[in-house]
Parts: sequence; C-alpha cells; structure tokens
Amino acid sequence: MKVAVCVKAVPSAATGARLDPQTFRLDRSGDLALSEYDAHAVEEALRLRGEGGEVVAVSVGPERAAEALRKALAMGADRSVLVTDPAFEGADLFVTARALAGAVAREGADLVLFGQQSPDGNGACLWAAVAERLRLPVVSQVAELSVEEGALRGKRQTELGYETLRAPLPAVVAVSDAINEPRYPSLKGIMGAKSKPQEVRSAEEVGGPGEAATRVLAIADPPPRGESRRVEDGSAAEAAEAIVEFLAERRLV
Amino acid sequence: MKALVFLEHHGDAVTPASLGVLAKARSIGLDVAGVLAGAGVRALADQAGGLVYVADDPRLDAPLPQPRVDVLAQLVRDEGLDAVLFAQSVLATDVAAGLAARLGAGLNWDLVDADVRDGVLVALRPALDDSVYVDVGWTEPPALAVFRTGAFEPAVAEAAAEVRDVSVTLEEHSALVELVEQAAEESTGPSIEEADVIVAGGRGLGGPERFELVEELARALGGAVAATRAVVDAGWYPYSAQVGQTGKTVAPKLYVAVGVSGAVQHKVGMQGSGTIVAINKDPHAPIFEFADLSVVGDLNEIVPKLTELVRARRS
Repeated sequence: MKVAVCVKAVPSAATGARLDPQTFRLDRSGDLALSEYDAHAVEEALRLRGEGGEVVAVSVGPERAAEALRKALAMGADRSVLVTDPAFEGADLFVTARALAGAVAREGADLVLFGQQSPDGNGACLWAAVAERLRLPVVSQVAELSVEEGALRGKRQTELGYETLRAPLPAVVAVSDAINEPRYPSLKGIMGAKSKPQEVRSAEEVGGPGEAATRVLAIADPPPRGESRRVEDGSAAEAAEAIVEFLAERRLV
Repeated sequence: MKALVFLEHHGDAVTPASLGVLAKARSIGLDVAGVLAGAGVRALADQAGGLVYVADDPRLDAPLPQPRVDVLAQLVRDEGLDAVLFAQSVLATDVAAGLAARLGAGLNWDLVDADVRDGVLVALRPALDDSVYVDVGWTEPPALAVFRTGAFEPAVAEAAAEVRDVSVTLEEHSALVELVEQAAEESTGPSIEEADVIVAGGRGLGGPERFELVEELARALGGAVAATRAVVDAGWYPYSAQVGQTGKTVAPKLYVAVGVSGAVQHKVGMQGSGTIVAINKDPHAPIFEFADLSVVGDLNEIVPKLTELVRARRS
C-alpha cells in the first residue's frame, strides 16, 4: 500500500514557540523538529505499508523543514517531498491545505495520514481541508486503524463516545496520539535517511501560491493571572505539606 | 452582516456550546440564523429560536462532517452569508475546515471572543498555549470562525423558531464514510460534572495501576476522579471520567491534576475550576502556566504523602 504522511516542522521544545512581533507570524528561525503528533502518523504509515508498499512523507514549510522530514525518513519512510516557496510565508489553513493537496495528489496514495494536531497552530482540522481539496473521504481522531479489501476501518473517540467508521480507499485519516508508540530512529535509520530521495517542490508545481484569507491584526500579552505559587525544591514530604497548607489557606481542605 | 451558526446536537439537545456561540453572535449585532443538520432534528430548532435552517435527512443521521459541508456550502451561496460560526468539537472543526476548502474561505479557530469593528468581524484568539492574545480577521467573506467550547453563556430561546427547510444534495465524495458502530459508555461512580473536588490523572501516572493513587487522594478529599483523553484512549480509565475537548467540561472548586501535562484539549474542559493544583515532574509542563499551585516533583512520592496528610487533617 502507498501511504502519504503529511507532517509539520515545528519549533523544537528547546527553542519554544513565539510569534514574530513584526510579522505576527510564528517565528521559525530556531531549531525545527518533526511534530510529536506527526510521529504517530509516520509510525502508523510504516505499520500499514506492508510488502512492496511505500511511505512518502510530505510537508509544506521553510527549507529547513527538511530536517523534520529526515526524522520521518530515519524512522523508516521511503521518500520525502518538501513543498517550499517564499510565497507560502504567512500561509493560512486554506493556502496550506491547497499546497499539501497539490503535492499529495501527485503521489496517488491509497491512504493519506495526518497527526491529530500541530503543537503550535493547534488547528486540528487541516486534514478535512486537504480531503475536501482531494475530494476524498476523511476520518479524524482515529485511535485504531485497520485496512482490508480496499477499505479502512477506524475506531475513534468524540464527545459522543466511541465510533467505528468505515471508508473506501483512497481516504484521508487523522490519527490520535493514542494509536501507537512511535519508534525512535535507529542509528542505521539515521545514516540511511541521508541517501533516501528527498524531493523539493515549488508553489507552481503544486497549484500556485494562493492568497491567505485570514490575517492577524494585532498581538498582545495575555491578561494577568491571579496570584500563583510554585513548589519546586525540597522533599516529597515538604511538597505535600506545602499543598495542604495552600489548600487550608483557601479553605479547600 | 449575515451570519450562520452551526447548531450541533447530541441526541435531542442542541449543545450548550453552540447555543453560546449563537448568543454571542446575536449580542454583537449580527443578522444571525442557526442551522441544524441531522435526521429528525426539526423539533430541536425551538431550543435556538429565531431563524433556523433545517436540513433534515436520513443521510445526515451519523455525526460525520462531509455531508454537513455540502449543506453549509449551499446555504452560504444561496443566502449570501458573510460568516459561519462554530463551537469547537471534533465534528464542528472538521466541518469548518472542509467548508473553508470548498469555498476558498478563511478559517480562524480556538477563538474566545468576537466583535464587529468598522463593519467587519474581528475575533480574539489566545495562541501558543495562551501565551499571547491575537486579534484575527478575514480578508474577505465568508468568515469562518470556530470558538472554544464554553467561551460564552448559552442562548435561551424566547420564542419558537422560524424554521426554513433546506434540501440536501450530497457530493459524491461526501457520502463515502459510513458509521458502523456507536457506543457511549455508561457512567459509574459520582458524576464529575457535579463534584466540588476533582482529582485528575494523566499519562504522567505511568500506568493504569497508578490510578489507585488518584482514587485514594480523591477519596480523602471527598472528590471525584477524572482522567485525560490520553489515558482514556490508552484504556487506563473509563471514558465517562474524561475531562476535556472530547469529554466533559467541569468547574469544581478544586481541581488537582496529577501527572497531567495540560494540553489545550484538556485545559478547555477544566479551566473554569476555582483553584487548580498541578503535580508534575516536568518543570515545563503547560499546566503550570495556568495552575494556581504548581508542584514540580515525583507524583509517586508526593501523592501518597498528600493523601496521608489530608486524611490526618480530616479525622
């Protein structure tokens, strides 16, 4: 089976995420890493690939997003496609979805996978936009996934409880982070990643740049929080005592 | 400005969150209508009041997004709508994103407020774990907006709704997903929605057997036990105890989070709590950004001691 996994390069945990105060865009000048959520999608793709199948990792992002794609390759993906173009700076959901769909459409994959959200943008809906562009069925939040006889079966959790859904392939699926434990790339995998095909595509090759239909008007500090306290050093007994003291002050115990 | 509010329903009830968005839309002076899409949903329109478009069709019975995109896209075109507003949910966000792609429209999400300034819609979005508050807008209509659950008080309908039926034409690719099975777990134990004290366990517990620590602390405090989505998905605790975006929304006087990282999906379900105490070994856990008392340390050692102290104090 051919699986396309859509992944995002996000500011690494060490760098932290911030907005550029001038452009109001996410500052991606620091280290970028493969989104942890997307590692679950890569893992699931590798599991479903099967004999003679292929996993291609696809991303829209700056040139340095290649580092994040290499992690997917190191985990075991066969190829990567990076859509990168200055025209995509400040891309919103629609522009990103259009570019991703353009890149994925060229692959002719049986299954298009996403992680459950991005840790920085937190939109948790890009897959639905990509599926619409590709005119494919979409299922999100999938915590158990199986494929047989040209159809997928996914179990998921929503506000209404548990659902089991079925859809014919090709289809778009967003997986929950409960679906698996992503592997760590082996040393061999990391070394091997460098020699795997890593394609780069421009906006023109995926249907043109597109115009963002949303904009940021202003940014501000969050409203001040009430008094908060932190207990960090000391023994467990001291920490427990500090909690009880705090609760007693507030008459909660 | 003509706006449409997506009225999500669970069983026979329009969700309080979508009625909240409806109330907000009315309060800022939008010319607002609701839309109900489902099977046998006509009678639910009165819960919203005002003008309600009803797409009542057996093909809309399952809570799936793509057929609803078809209904909403048709309404936006036929009625010349300027905005479509949603209350965040698994279904609503998928509908909103699908609609954005269908119409080439702008979508802003995770919003907590909205207003009309100089005749255009603007909205407020806390971003990056709420570390920054962003004013967002749209370059052209229709403006698609998804609001956080619980951001607004639900609307109370004062009069029966004016219902307008909408015919349903589905795109070929919209009708391909099939709901095979649906199972809601029955709740056991005290309801977390009514408890004054909640002790919640997250992935930081390390394993299902450690929920005993959480349960004992909850017993000592006279409270109920809650869980994060991650541990419910992992099968450590039942869904009925889940707090967060796809679970319950709670607002106890005291919320003790044990081994809970504080992902935004969890936060939206408990941020209304009176006092939040968080115990986590990760000094950078997002929950410390909004806890009233942040305790960095090993929960395996701290929680049993805390339980002991609380018991001693109570006896």
